[in-house]
Order: sequence, then C-alpha cells, then structure tokens
Amino acid sequence: MTYTSEGIQLHSSPESTSKQWLLYRPGGDMQWCFSQVKGAIDDDVAEADIISTVEFNHTGELLATGDKGGRVVIFQQEIENKNHPQFRSEYNVYSTFQSHEPEFDYLKSLEIEEKINKIRWLPQKNAAQFLLSTNDKTIKLWKISERDKRPEGYNLKEEDGRYKDPNTITSLRVPVLIPMDLMVEASPRRVFANAHTYHINSISVNSDNETYLSADDLRINLWHLEITDRSFNIVDIKPANMEELTEVITAAEFHPHQCNTFVYSSSKGTIRLCDMRVSALCDKHSKLFEEPEDPSNRSFFSEIISSISDVKFSHNGRYMMTRDYLSMKIWDLNMENRPVETYQVHEYLRSKLCSLYENDCIFDKFECCWNGNDSVVMTGSYNNFFRIFDRGHRRDVTLEASRENSKPMQVLKPRKVCAGGKRKKDEISVDSLDFNKKILHTAWHPQDNIITVATTNNLYIFQDKVN
Amino acid sequence: MISTMECAVDAQSLISMSLMKIHNSRTQRGGIKLHKNLLVSYVLRNARQVYIKEKYAEIYRMQQYEEVMTVCNEIQELNPLDLDAEDTDDEEQTRAACCGEEASLCDAACQRGAAQPEAHARTASALLSGCPIEDGGKEPEPSDYRSCCMEASPLSHFDQFPALQDRHCNKTTVLDLDTHVVTTVENGYLYQDCCCDALQCGQGAQSPAKKRKVEFGCCISEVEEISDFTAARKRAKREDCSYSNPEYTDTSNISNLISIFGSGFSGLLSRQTDLEQICSKQALASLGAWTRAIVAF
Repeated sequence: MTYTSEGIQLHSSPESTSKQWLLYRPGGDMQWCFSQVKGAIDDDVAEADIISTVEFNHTGELLATGDKGGRVVIFQQEIENKNHPQFRSEYNVYSTFQSHEPEFDYLKSLEIEEKINKIRWLPQKNAAQFLLSTNDKTIKLWKISERDKRPEGYNLKEEDGRYKDPNTITSLRVPVLIPMDLMVEASPRRVFANAHTYHINSISVNSDNETYLSADDLRINLWHLEITDRSFNIVDIKPANMEELTEVITAAEFHPHQCNTFVYSSSKGTIRLCDMRVSALCDKHSKLFEEPEDPSNRSFFSEIISSISDVKFSHNGRYMMTRDYLSMKIWDLNMENRPVETYQVHEYLRSKLCSLYENDCIFDKFECCWNGNDSVVMTGSYNNFFRIFDRGHRRDVTLEASRENSKPMQVLKPRKVCAGGKRKKDEISVDSLDFNKKILHTAWHPQDNIITVATTNNLYIFQDKVN
Repeated sequence: MISTMECAVDAQSLISMSLMKIHNSRTQRGGIKLHKNLLVSYVLRNARQVYIKEKYAEIYRMQQYEEVMTVCNEIQELNPLDLDAEDTDDEEQTRAACCGEEASLCDAACQRGAAQPEAHARTASALLSGCPIEDGGKEPEPSDYRSCCMEASPLSHFDQFPALQDRHCNKTTVLDLDTHVVTTVENGYLYQDCCCDALQCGQGAQSPAKKRKVEFGCCISEVEEISDFTAARKRAKREDCSYSNPEYTDTSNISNLISIFGSGFSGLLSRQTDLEQICSKQALASLGAWTRAIVAF
C-alpha cells in the first residue's frame, strides 16, 4: 500500500492481470456523482424495455444490458486516456441486437418468454468479444466483433455487388481493404437448447474458460462452450414425488478460481458448495451454509423472505455474498454455520410484508454485487433507492437514482427512510415509498469506482467523485 | 409460532389471496413459475395452520356454550337427589381434564358431565390435545381434528345414568388428516374413530362405524413433470344435534372446492365466482384442512 503526495491510498487489485489502480480517500468516503442515464424519459414504460439484467465485462470497458423484449444493448466506455483512468469518460451504445425471440412450446402449450434473464461475458481471447445470454429455456453464445475495413476492387463484381459480364473483364487486380465506418456485428455462434425443463435462473462461466453451468429451479447442467448437443446434469434436486417438493434452486455460480467448485442457493435460505471432483452428480454438497432462523421473527412470510435471490463470490474467492428479501449476508467459505457479516437493506419493510405479499413485491429478486477489491458491496431497494455498504469502514449509504438528480457530475445526496415515529426533514416515510420503482439489477465496474443501477427502464451510471 | 402482529392479519384473507395468486399464475406469460408457487404454498400452509387454530378455539368456545346449555336443559329433568357424593371426585377430575381458557364453562359442563352416562364431554381443546387427562397443557395439534366426540369414560360410575344415553349426537363425522380417512359414526356415543389417535383412546366401538375414505385426484396437466395431486380433501362435516352451526352442515362449499380442484386448475377458470364465494368466511370454515400445500407441477 503506497501513498501519493495527495494522501490518497492506492490499492492494487490482486487478481488483475494488468496494473489497475483504485482510488480511495482516507476514511473510505466515497462521493457518488451522476454520470449518465440511458433509456427513455417516458413515464409510460413499455414492457419490452424493462431492463432484466446488467453486466460489466472483465475489463469494465463494455457494459451489457438485457431487457424483457429479448434485446441486448452493449455500451462501450470511451476512454480518452487509458493510462490515467481517473479521467473517465462516457459509455455509449456499442451494439444492439435481438438475442431471443418469444417461442411457443407446442408440446406443453406454453409460451416461452424472450426476457433475458442473465448475461455473462467470456474473458477476451482475441479481437472479438463473446457473451452468453439466456432466457427461460435457451442459452446463446454471441460473438461481437468490429469491422472497420471493407474490400474494394473485385474483379468479377461491380461495386454495388452485381456480377460483371465476364466478356468485359480485360485486366486482373488484387482487391484492397479500405477503411469504413466502424460496424459492430453480433452473431450467434452457439445455441444451447432443450436442456432445461424449468426456468433458467443463472448461468456462470467457469474459470477454465471452457465450460459453464446453467441452473434452473431444480437442476444444474454443465456445458462445454463448443458443444451444443449435450450437457451434463450435475445437480438434480427434483423429488420423486413432486408433492414433496420443499425447495428450489434460486442461483448458482462457479468459484472465480477453482474450476471444480460451484455454489447454489435455495429458496430455503441455504447455500450449498459442491466439488465436481467428488462425484459426477453433485447432489451431496461439500458444504452447507445455513443460518438458523430467529424464532422471534417468525411470520406467515418467513419462507418467502428467507429465499435467496442472488449469490456472488467475492473476486478473491474467499467469501460469498447472498441476498434475501430484507438483507445481505457475507459468508466466509470456511464457516458454514453463520455469515460473517449481515447487512439490513430495508428492515423497515418487515412490518409491511402483508401488503408486499398482496402486491407481489415480496417476490422481487434483488441482485447484489461486490466492488473490485471486495471492500464494498451494493444492492438495490424500492423507490429507486440503492444501498452501498462499506465493509471495511462499517458505513452504509442509501442513494437514489432519479431524473431529478441527473445534472452532470451532481453529487448524490444520501437518503434516509423514516421507519416510524417523527419524520425528520428530508426523510421519507415508509408509506410514501413507491414500490413500483425498484432497483433489482446493479453492477460495479471490476476495476474502478463506476457503478450502474437499473431502474425499470433506465440505466443510471454513477461514478466516484474525483478531485 | 406466528407473531401476534401477523395474527392480526386475517388468515382467511391470506388463504384467499394465495389461492388467487395460484390461480392467476396459470394465465401468466411464460408458464407457471415453480418458485413463486412454492412460496405461495408456504404462505397458504402457514395461514391454514393459524386459521385452523383460531377456528378450533372458536369451536371449543361454541361447543362449551352449547354443551352447557344442553346439559342445563337435561339437568332440569333429572332428579337432583340421584347425584352421588362419589361423583364429586370425578367432577374434579373431569374439570381438570377439560382444561382450557373457558374454565368457567368447563366447570359448569363438568359438573353436569357427571350426570352423563358412560361418557364425559370432551371439549375441542381436549380433542386437539389428544388425551387431556395425561397431557392437559399440550398445544392443540392441528393435524388432529375431531368434532363433537362423546367418548366412553373409564369411570364406571357414570353407568348409573343410562337414561341419558340416547341424548347424544346421533351422527358424528370425523376426519383424520394424516391417514386421510373420514369416518362417520351413527347411533352412538362411543367411537374409536372419533379419536385421531384411534388406537390410543379407542374403547371399542359400541356401534358400527362407517369408514369412508375420501380420496381425490387432481391432475394438473401443464408440464411434463405433473404429479398426480392425490390429496384427500378434508371434510369437516358435523351433524351433531348439539351444535347447530350451519357452517358445519353445509357440505356444498366443500364439494364445490373439491370439484374445482378436481378438474385441475382449469376448474378455477370456470368457477371464478364460486371461488370468491368459497373463499368467504363461511365456506372457509367448512373447507377443512390441507395436508399439503398446492404444488401445481
């Protein structure tokens, strides 16, 4: 750890392959400023425009979003000066394509939604970028490549493509490549279909860069990126009698470094860590992470609020984070009986669970994310609020993504929700929260203090204020 | 143990809300969501448990009141001189047996209970707690459900009042939520099948008991992993003369719900208005119980 002359601590991210620096002020204060907002200003939200997933690639240069209409939009960061990352610049649209279309399963008389559930980037190997996108049933591997040259001077074709009359050809020349406007092409390279009976909720690329897993409510399959006509089932929790069903798989992820290890979370609030070396079918977990329920908190909705909606390994692979309806928990992989840290996201909602059940908000699946060096975690809430928890300094802040706070580089003011009693100035009472405005998807740049949060149909990008 | 605050939320409204959610999930785009329906079924189960407890407490109170009134009427026809001094000890015991909140009612009932031949009235709470003499303070077990139950008492001196044998419920229907057996007993006061732990308390049926198994398959034809949803619908049918609550004589609502779910969830589509009626308080009272929450796959 070294100090610059300004007294700013510089940390290097241990797992990064290239030197990247993160800037933190002494004391760990981060001031977040508005950077950009993407999406329509319209209050009338078209259902197809609802953002359903957000993901940075491994360098943070690309940011992909998926929506309910089956489209993927990729933004690219225009870095003016790559040697000085503190001079960040904007994200602009890089590519847009229709990833999935609505389908109909005639055998089961079921419509298959085109909504993109998850996007995962593959580590870059060559000039092209690859990502996996999935809806409820089918995973697709997309190649995104740039074309900035085109050939000119064909012998047999005119410029417009018509074939020449061979009798008119009197000379021979070599076609040349001339510059053209940058064109970004997205093409589906693989389609991994027909392997899931239930709805796919997760995909995760293995650290071996050859395989990936896909998880639905009851099963997890292992794929090879090159092979589409078969996959291996590695977890199956479907009971022989469906009446005995008590839990489903809610999320799954590979360990960031150990290619044999993955975890999956359940609707009962448990996380199982499995080692693929132990057996082909990983029904028996290697570790079971579970915190006993507090009996004093028992309610009609205990099962719902304990269901885990997201699980994410830390970048260093030592911890994992889980999100349930009211809290976030950080687990040490070496300790199974309780989390090492618990953060209450919106505890004031505990007394409102019945209303939230009535309007279906209690079923919302919030995601969570780590920052680049695993010192800060973030998740979303209602009223377009999102919460950032600084683990090291034990601070947390509630911020709001709204058009009103959208002036360039405007510093976001911390928000506070008044749980009860007398409401102070600038506080918002629980009853005036808008439960239709929810932030389910958030992402943190892997190497920088740039965060993105998705409201219903808008994508907000914030960055840490730099002096 | 559901917290008191949540208890304030009407369990019945939660049940109807949950049923509507399950019904609506059929028409949602993308097919039935297994995870969400599983969670809804947990709420349904929790609400059902609370509802049953509340209902049994209510039955107990009503039953106590009715029995007191019945016994009062009967006592008036008795010769007060027939009451033995011996009985006082038994009165104490039965009073102790009829534990529960309505102690005053219990006392009254138990005093009169000494006059009842070969039986002593068991309260609903006694029913719920199995054998209250042994285990009076036990939490009512929702999986056991007995209606009015006149049971042969081990205390033999009740025999001196044979005249009152006939003055009891002629027909009792009970259901066992664990074995899915519905038992109707006629012409009698004593019934091994009155007790859900039949073997435990059975004294030998004095009269033939008709056992009727209510079974019902409910096939949901959505996805390939459809399980035959064979659940015995629980019938709480009481034709006890001493308890004239119309809810308990109305089986049509149960039949309605059974027929609705008997045709899979498509039954719900065509019977939406009926469902609303059924989800009303009256109907829910006669709904009985579900051993398993609905799993629509």
